[in-house]
Amino acid sequence: MSSTTPLLDVSGLTKHFPIKGGFPIKRTVGAVQAVDGLDFQVAAGESLGLVGESGCGKSTTGRLITRLLEPTSGKITYQGQDITHAGRRDLAPIRSEIQMIFQDPYASLNPRQTVGKIISGPMEINDINPEGGREKRVRELLEIVGLNPEHYNRFPHEFSGGQRQRIGVARALALEPKLIVADEPVSALDVSIQAQVVNLLQKVQRELGIAFVFIAHDLAIVRHFSQRVAVMYLGKIVEIADREDLYGNPRHPYTRALLSAVPEATVEEEPRERIRLTGDVPSPINPPSGCRFRTRCWKATEKCASEAPPLVRVEGNRDGHLTACHYPETADTVPAPRLSKDPEAAA
Amino acid sequence: MSTPFLSVRDLKVHFSTEDGVVKAVDGLSFDLEKGKTLGIVGESGSGKSVTNMAILGLHDPRNTALDGEILLDGKELVTATEKELEQLRGNKMSMIFQDALASLSPYHTIGAQIGETYRKHTGCSKKEARERAVEMLRRVGIPQPDVRVDDYPHQFSGGMRQRAMIAMALVCDPELLIADEPTTALDVTVQAQIMDLLKDLQQEFGTAIIFITHDLGVIADIADDVLVMYGGRCVERGTKKEVLQTPQHPYTLGLLGSMPSLDGPVDVPLSPIPGSPPSLLNPPSGCRFHPRCAFVDQVAGGRCSSERPALEFVDGRAAACHLTPEQKRELFSDYAAARTH
Repeated sequence: MSSTTPLLDVSGLTKHFPIKGGFPIKRTVGAVQAVDGLDFQVAAGESLGLVGESGCGKSTTGRLITRLLEPTSGKITYQGQDITHAGRRDLAPIRSEIQMIFQDPYASLNPRQTVGKIISGPMEINDINPEGGREKRVRELLEIVGLNPEHYNRFPHEFSGGQRQRIGVARALALEPKLIVADEPVSALDVSIQAQVVNLLQKVQRELGIAFVFIAHDLAIVRHFSQRVAVMYLGKIVEIADREDLYGNPRHPYTRALLSAVPEATVEEEPRERIRLTGDVPSPINPPSGCRFRTRCWKATEKCASEAPPLVRVEGNRDGHLTACHYPETADTVPAPRLSKDPEAAA
Repeated sequence: MSTPFLSVRDLKVHFSTEDGVVKAVDGLSFDLEKGKTLGIVGESGSGKSVTNMAILGLHDPRNTALDGEILLDGKELVTATEKELEQLRGNKMSMIFQDALASLSPYHTIGAQIGETYRKHTGCSKKEARERAVEMLRRVGIPQPDVRVDDYPHQFSGGMRQRAMIAMALVCDPELLIADEPTTALDVTVQAQIMDLLKDLQQEFGTAIIFITHDLGVIADIADDVLVMYGGRCVERGTKKEVLQTPQHPYTLGLLGSMPSLDGPVDVPLSPIPGSPPSLLNPPSGCRFHPRCAFVDQVAGGRCSSERPALEFVDGRAAACHLTPEQKRELFSDYAAARTH
């Protein structure tokens, strides 16, 4: 990604949701700082994974990129064009190139429309008439996502969860997009079906060269699917790197703790190092000063409270591996202490 | 011990619906000792939750046909009256549900809800029940329990609600705890906290735990023994090490192959199980897994679709599959090699 412009360039992206209160005149009394100053790029054909716990702002980020939400500040550039505050008309051509796959395959398909109608919807809206007609294209798409083209006239309720998610994928592919934002596309599915859909998305990404922003909370699936991974915590990216570096050499204490908390379906002779974080994620209405992770971090000092660590390439990181921490972990860092069970009084 | 603490024999739970009889659980047997954890794994609709609701006697008797034997410490539960079950529920056996917010009443304080069970079974005063609630909240690691006891559920975070649920389930020191996907709705770091808590409490009280989950990773962390369910039946049983390292049923093998790991190869596609779980209204004949099984052709005479494989025990572990041990060794070996990198 050196000289060529990335497909998507996000800098300083911020979204604060206002909280209204007061009587009789409602005024803004605060803000949920859902996303706070994100910087990242997505190259064409690349898959970037966004991981983090609930409330870290990963879904909001997805909705900002697709411009379903209006950013508070920052800049989103798509193929060199600034789309941060672009209006409906300017966005129209871009919207067909950025598509979205949603989490819930039950809520994201219109129950009153046939599969054919659902998948050809995007073509109708954009007045696209592919060679051989829309129906032929829909049948092709059904074939690509592994569904029987004969099912053209069926309704969503006739399909299982995994099949519905395939319909969602076909709809996203209908306009030959360059970027797909997939928001937890497999987390509502059973394990055996998850693998089917992950394989399908991987096939689509490779064969059609579509870039993905893959939002998920399952670290193993993100590792499997995304070449580059960003870890988010309370609206900020705390670490971003190629998957080999992120999973093999995590530098941020949060990344390390998160990885150590993932239960793996293997029985080890020697138990893995486990870092137990205490307490919960603080409220994004009133996030901690300085580094947002400091209230749960075992390394926190006064510096962490006063100074927010920048997302930079810290010493020992390879190219493209950025970490936001004053005291990054190293491979030979003494394992973190097993923290006590009692979370300290609510901070 | 001659008789196990909990013994389930040939349990059948059938629901009559408008469309026909749903055989949610169809001939399930297992034992559980005190102080041990049995992990039940399976996909949605495999009958894992139904089994445990049957143990607690929570089904609507009007449309549920219960058959078989459930012995809890020698007491038969299938034929027990509602009154007898009431004595046991919350006292000798209790349950933690998946969705803590939906399982707590929004109109009552956490303390009142924990205390209610205790008062019901011990007949103590409100004051004593409140003290007990504070003590339970402290034990499950809620900060400032004497203040938080008067909070309502909405004032608790997701992880704290799940802790409060655990406190409620454990208030009468039950001997059997059924945890139905207690960590599925939680983030991984909080999930790890809750599992540590359950393990610690089990060590302290020697509770027998049935842990229901769809996540084999969670099983690897918490269970002693594993029971894999598919289509209302048990397809495989064994210690967690046996089941995860040398699975003997193609379904277990398929589940493990469907899961990406944190250190496996990334550029090979996952090996999912084709198709989707069966309808229990009209389940497949013979082995219920046969329409999705990769090894059907290896069994002569089409027995997979005509004959239900027996759950045969060999050295304390069992798998309901028509493949011979030799065939399994040969067919499953590639997989085993990949697992023990």
